[in-house]
Amino acid sequence: MSTIDTLGTAPAALEIHDVHKWYGAHRVLDGVDLTIRPGEVTVVIGPSGSGKSTLLRVINHLEKPEIGYVSINDELIGVKRQGERLKELSERAILAQRGRIGFVFQNFNLFPHLTALDNVAAAPVATGKLTKPEAQALAKELLERVGLGERVGAYPRQLSGGQQQRVAIARALALRPGVILFDEPTSALDPELVGEVLSVIKDLATSGTTLVIVTHEIGFAREIADRVVFIDGGRIVEQGPPSEVLDKPQHERTRDFLSKVL
Amino acid sequence: MSEPPGATIAAPETPPTDKPSKPLAAQRVTPLRRPGRWIATAVVLVLAAQFVHGLVTNPFYQWDRWGYWFLRPTILDGLVITLEVTAYSAVLGLLGGILLALARLSKSPVLRAVSWTYVWALRSIPLIVVLLFLYNFSALYRTLSVGVPFGPAFFSFDESKLATDMVIAVIGLSLNEAAYAAEVVRGGILSVDQGQHEAAAALGLPKGYQFRKIVFPQALRSIIPNYVNQLIGLIKSTSLVFYVSLLDLFGTAQSMGSTYPGDIVPLLLVVTAWYLILTSVVSVIQFYVERYYARGATRSLPPTPLQKLRAGLTDLRARIRREAAV
Repeated sequence: MSTIDTLGTAPAALEIHDVHKWYGAHRVLDGVDLTIRPGEVTVVIGPSGSGKSTLLRVINHLEKPEIGYVSINDELIGVKRQGERLKELSERAILAQRGRIGFVFQNFNLFPHLTALDNVAAAPVATGKLTKPEAQALAKELLERVGLGERVGAYPRQLSGGQQQRVAIARALALRPGVILFDEPTSALDPELVGEVLSVIKDLATSGTTLVIVTHEIGFAREIADRVVFIDGGRIVEQGPPSEVLDKPQHERTRDFLSKVL
Repeated sequence: MSEPPGATIAAPETPPTDKPSKPLAAQRVTPLRRPGRWIATAVVLVLAAQFVHGLVTNPFYQWDRWGYWFLRPTILDGLVITLEVTAYSAVLGLLGGILLALARLSKSPVLRAVSWTYVWALRSIPLIVVLLFLYNFSALYRTLSVGVPFGPAFFSFDESKLATDMVIAVIGLSLNEAAYAAEVVRGGILSVDQGQHEAAAALGLPKGYQFRKIVFPQALRSIIPNYVNQLIGLIKSTSLVFYVSLLDLFGTAQSMGSTYPGDIVPLLLVVTAWYLILTSVVSVIQFYVERYYARGATRSLPPTPLQKLRAGLTDLRARIRREAAV
């Protein structure tokens, strides 16, 4: 598999500033701060219900934070500053911003009525970034890079889980995002299919794209992460390079979690 | 066949002694006999034969008169009216249904309430009442005008010129159809996985595109069978337009029947035959439209009847060849 580059898009810097998110009385995120350099690969780990998926969904504004903001290359996501206050953007403006943030779902969420090629080509055409022939050429190229050049005409249900997830990654790449978010990209896969998806993500990591990955694959985190973030109870408990967080955790809760998953 | 094929393979151990060492043919399992099923089949066949025989030989049906009426220009004129009313009402009803469904699924409580109330009211009022209401509508509101609500009017229409019988019939049926179509469409939209909405939003697809290209095509898979069901009901409901003095297929037969009282039965049979034909055509179209929207939903598309026939013939030929070889 050849190395994937992001087709000339500069990797973006990401800042999460004091983000709070709650549903009723339940606090899902309780003041999360995180600054990610361009090209950095961040792996978020934590027990289920710790808020790690919500954090990812706040970054592209699929969930709205109650307090705090997210910015990409110093551009606020989903809100604008009005004096001292933050005001929510129009839906159209938010949709336009999402083009700069790739998102890969646990359950792939490919469009089942479109072929692999059309799944990848849809967004650049719909958002007016490329003409249809341009988008299809790009889609073909991206599908080849994730090793699916032969299956461009297949519908998602005719593909294995691993192949579907690779199409989903190609679909996220088609908008040339500065940041790509992965929400447990291998959790819905049979064990023997995990490797093919991880190797595509690894290629992205080495090509210098900014990645934020929520995963339970601790071995994979150790291999590719520049930084590991451990979240529990909606707060960042500990963060640092994998050699510190995974091998010499400072906090009791991190040690406890790692002892269960390793 | 003298020896079971397995016997030629050198067995590592002697086979268990309780296994019968007879030729394989003797070990074939004989299917259970089901005499009850045969008797029931025979009874049904006799009844069906009796029914067909009666249909053909009973002079009461007057099949010669049926032949006379079936393609009469006046009947065909009525058929055209039926088709027109059905087509307009089906399209307008579906469009109205989509709008009502979107209103019902919107985040505005007012839109939701209005949509719910409309569906509630129109499903409660008999269609014939709606039609007769509209027929007398011009007495209630003599002119219709476009302008500022409660303010000055820009255009005015004289109702009696605008509202032909055809317009009244189409409006009445569409209003009624939209209420049912709204529920069909809403059910279809709800059947689309939440992940699809999220993926479309995460890709930043424009709102209209999300609905037209992602959600609605997937919703259509469950909308089509239900809406066709509606449509077949609609074809038959058009016979009610006779009461707003529009001569559709049924209306024509009815008025011919009062002119030729002896022909009432053959006329009703003509109408029945035409409705059967219309329903059959719709069912065939349904099959192909459903097949089109099944792309991607199943691993391979269901075969068309023609493909099934061809596969069946190939099968049969292979079987005959096999039998002939033995």
